[in-house]
Amino acid sequence: MQHESQPHGINISALGREKQNLSLANEPVTLEVPGLSLFYGEKQALFDVKMNIPKQRVTAFIGPSGCGKSTLLRCFNRMNDLVDGCRVEGEINLDGTNIYRKGEDVAELRRRVGMVFQKPNPFPKSIYENVAYGLRIQGINQKRVLDEAVEQSLRGAALWDEVKDRLHESALGMSGGQQQRLVIARTIAVQPEVLLLDEPCSALDPISTLKVEELIYELKSKFTIVIVTHNMQQAARVSDYTAFMYMGKLIEFGDTDTLFTNPAKKQTEDYITGRYG
Amino acid sequence: MKKNSLNAWFKSGSPGIWMSGGAVSIAVIMTIGLLLVIAVRGLGHFWPADLLQATYAIPGQASHVVVGEVVQAEEVPLARLKGAGLPVPDNGPEFMTRELLKVGNRDIYGADFTWLVGDWLVDQKKPVELMTLVRREWGNFYGTLVSVKESGKVIAEGEAGWPTLQERIVRVEDLAKQLSKLEKKDIGAINHGLERLRLKTRKLELEKTLTAEAQADIDAERAELDAKYKGLESQLLELHHAVDRDSIVVREADGKEIEISLGKIVHAYQPNGMSVFTKLRMYFANLWEFLSDDPREANTEGGIFPAIFGTVMMTLIMAMIVTPFGVLAAVYLREYAKQGPLTRVIRIAVNNLAGVPAIVYGVFGLGFFVYVLGGSLDRLFFAEALPAPTFGTPGLMWASLTLAILAVPVVIVATEEGLARIPRAVREGSLALGATKAETLWKVVLPMASPAMMTGMILAVARAAGEVAPLMLVGVVKLAPSLPVDGNYPYLHLDQKIMHLGFHIYDVGFQSPNVEAARPLVYATALLLVMVIAGLNLSAVAIRNHLREKYKALDH
Repeated sequence: MQHESQPHGINISALGREKQNLSLANEPVTLEVPGLSLFYGEKQALFDVKMNIPKQRVTAFIGPSGCGKSTLLRCFNRMNDLVDGCRVEGEINLDGTNIYRKGEDVAELRRRVGMVFQKPNPFPKSIYENVAYGLRIQGINQKRVLDEAVEQSLRGAALWDEVKDRLHESALGMSGGQQQRLVIARTIAVQPEVLLLDEPCSALDPISTLKVEELIYELKSKFTIVIVTHNMQQAARVSDYTAFMYMGKLIEFGDTDTLFTNPAKKQTEDYITGRYG
Repeated sequence: MKKNSLNAWFKSGSPGIWMSGGAVSIAVIMTIGLLLVIAVRGLGHFWPADLLQATYAIPGQASHVVVGEVVQAEEVPLARLKGAGLPVPDNGPEFMTRELLKVGNRDIYGADFTWLVGDWLVDQKKPVELMTLVRREWGNFYGTLVSVKESGKVIAEGEAGWPTLQERIVRVEDLAKQLSKLEKKDIGAINHGLERLRLKTRKLELEKTLTAEAQADIDAERAELDAKYKGLESQLLELHHAVDRDSIVVREADGKEIEISLGKIVHAYQPNGMSVFTKLRMYFANLWEFLSDDPREANTEGGIFPAIFGTVMMTLIMAMIVTPFGVLAAVYLREYAKQGPLTRVIRIAVNNLAGVPAIVYGVFGLGFFVYVLGGSLDRLFFAEALPAPTFGTPGLMWASLTLAILAVPVVIVATEEGLARIPRAVREGSLALGATKAETLWKVVLPMASPAMMTGMILAVARAAGEVAPLMLVGVVKLAPSLPVDGNYPYLHLDQKIMHLGFHIYDVGFQSPNVEAARPLVYATALLLVMVIAGLNLSAVAIRNHLREKYKALDH
């Protein structure tokens, strides 16, 4: 973390952002975590996390490496199921339904809760086919429907103008930033309710990062967004709410302005002022 | 100082580089040398060789005239010639030349080849009128043309008969083509039909449902086929007569005259009078005949087309069986099976399977596929043909299947490696979009792993196409009466025995009655086998490279 040490954390107004007056208590909830613990074999990685993710807001998870923020994120679309020896106790409610209940359709859950990863991971197919992939999986094959969805998604991901002339070229020929926006387009093409972003800018250059951040800002009118980031400026720039995690525990969760300017917990303050992490 | 510099030389790694470089060069030289040897020895055979006429005068014996192609000459110590009972001079040179002459005329001399001492071949010349007759029986004839006859009447004599002869050979060739078409296609179809009727009758008998009505139907059909056959038979007879109408009288080196029917002659040419260009044309014609014709005279003459066809057919069927089978096994092992001691044991077993000697697979194929599986198939589905086996005997399907299990470990290993190389991020990307594991596998992982599968298939083809030992047990024969693909239902006859280039080499080289004559064919066939396998491999490599380009792995 390279920011300057300030007594009151990050200067929000210096980031060019309006100060908002938000309060968690007034927000409608999309993801409700009444208490969640997670184990990798014998090792516990998450300790009784309780939080409510507000609807159509950007929620950022920050914390030092290994604090469990990515693990928590991957619980929301049950990506952790793929890890051998991973065990979850507790529940997560998406619109009131426990996603860890028996008989949950995990594929359908993942359609509703989309995810973008650290490194851009386009498929070795054309740009068009990358975006159409999720729809084809759902059995949608009419060209008209696909064409429209692809254009909409690429526009939604602010990529349309750059690629409209080469939709049928391989996605692997794009730049890293374009690839990451393509992955976002691919994710929003299936019209999820929640977008999980797992350090989406960590492999990108500053200009691409800026573009993705602008995109996040635009997307929150349609999606509930949860973003994991190592970069506190980024969290402060893009998020409405921020959760600080440390050693598998949720330390503090509140609106971003308050968390960065007036943290309630000593650990949070130490972290955002750069004393550790 | 000297020692230090030597040490430094060792330390620099140069000896290693020299050694590895040397190993590569030796490997390259050996490969090229191998190909060169078989190419030169094999391809020379098709050149229309000049005919030598000479008087062979063994001192103290009556001399006689010989005619033939000089195949080979070697220096032999005097003592050896003496040991063979030849009257060599006692105080002559230490070595004498001995020449191998292909004198042909096996029907007269008993053997095609004879060794002659070069020094006693006097009065050597190459008269233009000497001719080579390539015959369907008894090998080549060398000599001169005396006369051409039509229905026993002389119509041309001496050199003047030559153009007439060429004309008539073309005519006979044409007739022979019609004849073979008639025999193989039309009469073959009738035989097939009759056999089908016989089996149908037998089947109904076995099922005890052979009603008088059915019997009448069958009889009617049979009568129809018989009538057709009668018609064809008379055509056949006519053709045979037409083919045998013309004949020629020829004189061999020593003046003996014989009469040969034109139906027995494939080509006639006078090599001594031919220009290089004509010879070149003849060379390629011969080469083409070798590639496209059926074998003659216990495989020592003619072409090897059935063997090429059999090899390619069997390899293709093998590849079609082994690829899906190996890929499925690899997918299960890598993607679905719980990784643990059991999968490790299975992997080790699969790898070891690749090292089992091929003949063991042959024995397994014969014991299990042919006798057990084939036997059961026969009892269940082909009971009407018993006791003649249909699938309970070696055949194309069992040969392909045996080679498929022989090669399946290669495909499994290659595919597994390919699957392991697919980045986790791509799979997660697909799953995160709501795809199930199977959909991810089918739409993303398998296409990306397809170059690896092709690699596996290439290795499998390379391994299996050159295999001979197991094939001798499970379906390859010296001479197959027909190709496994023809115009009779079901078109692809998986139960038929096939010919195979590898086995053909063994058979011609070691089992043939005329080893000397067949030797060039062994080399030519070997060259062709190498080329067929290289061709199969190259096409697979081309497909793989295309796929690789398409599914280029994520390079970051």
